[in-house]
Amino acid sequence: MSYAVKNLAQGSRELIAFRIGDQEFCVNIMSVREIRGWTKATGLPHSPSYVMGVINLRGAVLPIVDLSARLGMRRAEPTPRHVIIVAQVKNRVVGLLVEAVSDILTVTDENIQPVPEVSSELERQYARGILAIDKRMICLIELDTLFPDTDSEAA
Amino acid sequence: MDMNEIKEIFFQECEEQLAELESGLLKLNDGDRDPETVNAVFRAVHSIKGGAGAFGLDDLVSFAHVFETTLDCVRSNKLEPTQDVLKVMLKSADVLADLVSASRDGGGVDEGRSRGLVKELEALARGELPTGGAAEAPKPAAPKPAPAPAAAAPAAPAPTDESGFQPVPFSFDDEEETIVPSVYEVTFKPRRELYAKGNEAALLLRDLTRVGEMSINCDTETLPHFDKMDPEGAYFSWKISVKTEKGEQDIRSVFEFAEWDCDLDVKLAETTDEELPMVPVPFDLSALDDDSASEEDAAEDAASIQAAAAEAVAAAETATNVSKMAAAASRVEKKESQAAAAAAAAAANAANAANSAGQTIRVDLDRVDRLINLVGELVINQAMLSQSVIENDTTGTSSINMGLEELQQLTREIQDSVMAIRAQPVKPVFQRMSRIVREVADMVGKSIRLVTEGENTEVDKTVIDKLAEPLTHMIRNAVDHGIESPEKREAAGKNPEGTVKLTAKHRSGRIVIELVDDGAGINREKVRQKAIDNDLIPADANLSDEEIDNLIFMPGFSTADKISDISGRGVGMDVVKRSIQALGGRISISSRPGLGSTFTMSLPLTLAVLDGMVVTVAGQTLVVPLTAIVETLQPEASSIHSFGANQRLISIRNSFCPLVDVGRILNFRGTQANPVEGVALLVESEGGGQRALMVDAIQGQRQVVIKSLEANYTHVPGIAAATILGDGRVALILDVDAVVAASRGQSLKQESSLKSDMSLAAAG
Repeated sequence: MSYAVKNLAQGSRELIAFRIGDQEFCVNIMSVREIRGWTKATGLPHSPSYVMGVINLRGAVLPIVDLSARLGMRRAEPTPRHVIIVAQVKNRVVGLLVEAVSDILTVTDENIQPVPEVSSELERQYARGILAIDKRMICLIELDTLFPDTDSEAA
Repeated sequence: MDMNEIKEIFFQECEEQLAELESGLLKLNDGDRDPETVNAVFRAVHSIKGGAGAFGLDDLVSFAHVFETTLDCVRSNKLEPTQDVLKVMLKSADVLADLVSASRDGGGVDEGRSRGLVKELEALARGELPTGGAAEAPKPAAPKPAPAPAAAAPAAPAPTDESGFQPVPFSFDDEEETIVPSVYEVTFKPRRELYAKGNEAALLLRDLTRVGEMSINCDTETLPHFDKMDPEGAYFSWKISVKTEKGEQDIRSVFEFAEWDCDLDVKLAETTDEELPMVPVPFDLSALDDDSASEEDAAEDAASIQAAAAEAVAAAETATNVSKMAAAASRVEKKESQAAAAAAAAAANAANAANSAGQTIRVDLDRVDRLINLVGELVINQAMLSQSVIENDTTGTSSINMGLEELQQLTREIQDSVMAIRAQPVKPVFQRMSRIVREVADMVGKSIRLVTEGENTEVDKTVIDKLAEPLTHMIRNAVDHGIESPEKREAAGKNPEGTVKLTAKHRSGRIVIELVDDGAGINREKVRQKAIDNDLIPADANLSDEEIDNLIFMPGFSTADKISDISGRGVGMDVVKRSIQALGGRISISSRPGLGSTFTMSLPLTLAVLDGMVVTVAGQTLVVPLTAIVETLQPEASSIHSFGANQRLISIRNSFCPLVDVGRILNFRGTQANPVEGVALLVESEGGGQRALMVDAIQGQRQVVIKSLEANYTHVPGIAAATILGDGRVALILDVDAVVAASRGQSLKQESSLKSDMSLAAAG
């Protein structure tokens, strides 16, 4: 706790880095509730291709999103080695299917570089910045933009 | 705890008191003459009045007061609780309830109605016994009404004593607003009622000391001889002179809650040393203690003086109202026997009231729900654990297995007990119905009795809350259409008073509510004609009696010749049926011409769990609510008929029913499955039509805990909710109505899938 407090005082934040295919991404650790292993999901009818279904998370029905497909990449073929990041997005909880969690990073705002100008709308929508750590490139994702509000969905 | 919270508690208590009040009045209406019942009714009104006074709800206080005064006449056996009297009282209870809810939620009350009832109540209190009314009005100085308290107190062997203390009218001309401490002379004479209502003169006097410097004289002149004393009578009066800077109003406010039950006179003294009739004595409670001690001794003699007292009462009555002489005389006998019983009951009341408190606690519903959820998880977890132990343990005799079995039993018991917390008796809803019967019967000029049975049958709170509306509809229908007018009933040789019977009972894990009326029954010819007129059935349809009866549940149906305020707009029974179905219930009707109709509703005990049939569709496990399923069958190739391009019908006992492939509708598979390889579930949907739903296999039947999909995801077309099965996997609960609706023609189906595509696009 004191560690976190010290870091926050210095204007830095902690991020969870994970791997999808050969790319690395990270999200703010404050939105992550837990990380758990892959269990087979129950498919939902009429669902978007990136929604893999729902699983039982200690009694709550948790939708699982294939983050790879959601980010416009190849659909994941889940194996027992895959990981579900349970994250809080606004007032909902969703499970994000990723290949592996690689790191917990403590970074300050200076470490985060702006997203370079790219043509793709999708990347610009979710990417909030790029980090260069140990010669790796890690993309910071804003989860709120990936899952819009209930109201707009219902409309 | 702020004021609003306290107020909220007061309103909650008011609701309990109102329920108590109504059930007490209904008991009296049924001929119960137990003094305890009368006392319970009185207490209820009195508590509401007291609480309302504390919150400054003046309308409520003044109405409750008038009501209380009349009830007090009943309590003291001065007013016989006849049917007519009780009718007024039940109406007053309704108005009191309206006033309570108006104070809580704002909004208006029917002023005319409450004013009319106030008059009726006052008339009852006065008309039967003129002295009763005098208690309310500020007492004029005329000596004539003086016997009023005497009549209230049986111990009036020497009525002349009463006149020994009379408030003398003073001129108020010299009452000026002065800042200099002025001296007020307060004469305070408690009546018997003051003590009966639990007030205490000593406490009031102590409060008065806070207003200013004062000296007190106690007038014990009226205290009768020891063997003539009534233990519950009021004999003392006080003359107090208060030196204060405050006004008369402040002095009066001390007596705010007692002013109806005492003779209070506050006036400005002209000079401080005006001759006082008595020597000031120190304010001392011991006088009162002595009094109560002697009261006990006097109790033995009390019975012997009852007769004398009753005579005195009768005498007082004759003096004031000659026309009531005969009635008073007839009451004398009753009083002798009842007065003693009432005294004993009053003592028992206090003990009872103390006992009944503290047996219940108020718990926030959210907390209970959280507990229920957690226990649901526990059950699922326990099932998962058992399953994996069984899978890994081939012998099946290990101690783990035995422990697990015990665990299973425990979790079951925990689940049952937790569900029982939410279970509430249906009583409040039934009580509300009796008011509706009264009001509607009044409106249509019929005389109807509501008989309730099994009010203590318990069912989940959500079910109770949602039950009120359809039940109200049905009760109105029964009163308006079911029961005939008194003239018609008499002509048919029936009791002119109709009876509506409302019963609740448990039947095989469900609650069954029956509404029986002894009216004319359903006029099948008229119903049939109406259905034909409204194009609900073809003119040449051949229907059984039962089918005709069930026509009244069709949308847009009303047989009433004229549309009334109460029912008959044709939005009645189909709404009832729909809301019952929404609760997972069923409703049926049976009717015998000339003898009446019976509506039977069967509802689940809780909405948190659901009886479902677990089926497999395209490798997915789905749960179909059992209430929707009419029958299941194994289709034969010969009974499947292709119809048009891609529709198929199945013939069931010579009628054709569309076959719906659930897997196709839910997009689980691209092509329609072969019906012969699966099972057909014949379902009845909201629209009334039957459909055969095709599934691949039936796994079994079980109770499932309903889980929301919307909480973390969004609504899924064709799916009502989710649940968690014993293996820990999520299974979806089929929304039968939506699936049937989607199957009604290709266009509808496309529209619905188009809509879901659009919502996906929005999500993406």
